[in-house]
Amino acid sequence: MPVVMDGDRMARTLARMAHEIVERNRSLEDVAFVGVRTRGVPIARRLAEHVEKIAGVAAPVGILDITLYRDDLSRHAVGPQPLVRRTDIPFSIDGRRILLVDDVLYTGRTVRAALDALVDFGRPRAIQLVVLVDRGHRELPIKADYVGKNLPTAPAESVQVRLSEIDGVDEVAIEGGEAA
Amino acid sequence: MTATATALAGRHLLGIADLTADEIGLILDTAEAMKEVAERPIKKVPALRGKTVINLFYEPSTRTRTSFEVAEKRLSADTLNIAVATSSVVKGETLIDTVLNLEAMHPDMIVLRHASSGAGHLLSKVCRARIINAGDGMHEHPTQALLDAFTIRERKGRLAGLKVAIIGDLLHSRVLRSNVLLLSKMGADVWACAPPTLIPRGLERLGAHVTTSVDEAVRGADVVMMLRIQLERMEGNFFPSLREYFNVFGMTPERVALAREDAIIMHPGPMNRGVEIASEVADGPRSVILDQVTNGVAVRMAVLYLLAGGGDGD
Repeated sequence: MPVVMDGDRMARTLARMAHEIVERNRSLEDVAFVGVRTRGVPIARRLAEHVEKIAGVAAPVGILDITLYRDDLSRHAVGPQPLVRRTDIPFSIDGRRILLVDDVLYTGRTVRAALDALVDFGRPRAIQLVVLVDRGHRELPIKADYVGKNLPTAPAESVQVRLSEIDGVDEVAIEGGEAA
Repeated sequence: MTATATALAGRHLLGIADLTADEIGLILDTAEAMKEVAERPIKKVPALRGKTVINLFYEPSTRTRTSFEVAEKRLSADTLNIAVATSSVVKGETLIDTVLNLEAMHPDMIVLRHASSGAGHLLSKVCRARIINAGDGMHEHPTQALLDAFTIRERKGRLAGLKVAIIGDLLHSRVLRSNVLLLSKMGADVWACAPPTLIPRGLERLGAHVTTSVDEAVRGADVVMMLRIQLERMEGNFFPSLREYFNVFGMTPERVALAREDAIIMHPGPMNRGVEIASEVADGPRSVILDQVTNGVAVRMAVLYLLAGGGDGD
């Protein structure tokens, strides 16, 4: 189980990403973060804090649950339905630049679901994709605008992002793979 | 607040009796997420796209049928409403024949309201579709009890330890049965109150205290739930007159004053104003009767969503 990013490294990575966000968005007045449940949410909150420190603008943070938009729900499900939790976007996304935040970018299917969900909430001026880890193996034409770390992986491996808010520790680890 | 169950064990929702406390918690938690969908500019999610749901109603219903239909549409299911007055049932077709014919069109779920207790169980034995009981005779009305529990939990933050008084026509009420089962599973203290002629036998065994004194039921209650006097099901004289019923059992502001100061007033509808409940109470500040209707959609979305997953189970 190699840890590929420890807490220090993650803090520096997030700080760098926040600087990139500030650099790319000259005016931050219309920017808002939307974190994809579960681990996109604390990452979005941390990025928003960094951005506030750097630029003095407090961007709002929303929470998006994409379960009801998954593309595998109506396909002869053999297992139980995934748990649905509350979406909480306490601001209008109309005309805003939305920074959509997730922990890992993999097939792109979660992002596709998140984009569908977001446009049901309004018409943002733009949506930019922010991910802590891009592990490749895309199945849809989706690309991130901000990447914390590109991590080449085998499909059988799994990438675990752990965050202190949820898991008690900040790290990214690659698990499994060899035995499979 | 957070349930530990991650799925419903059964393929159908026939009654609260089949659910565990954890499964009830899962439905209520899922309903919380569903409630938010109604607050969006586009009140629709694609979760049940391509699923077909038949609403088969053998008894008149406005609230429940509309509520299911709205819930199905918000989840993007295709819905069909069959009301018995306009169907071939009036030509003499049996329930099973009707449903087998509907099954031949491959619906994924059937929402059934029927005047006979156990109609849902009967269908679940012959159907591939999942059955949701929307009220069967005097047996159960599980989604009503779930939406009542959701409404109580929303206002009180919990169910365990609350005193819930349920007053009215207990004998003919499937809402009562489902509510007593659910609330006692979740640890609430349930008091059921009616004239002696309207108390079903064995109610204590479901987990309720039974009394004929409204004052005893309401005193210190956190929740006061009124049930409708079901005149259409009464074939005899259960009490001298509606006016006398109101005088002895009707919920008046004076009686409400016996409950806790923050008590809420509930009614599953349709209400008989001036029979089981005074208008001042039904429309008063403690009434959550219209919240119940709003929450009904969210709870039914949760049930439809959770039953749409899982294996075939056979």
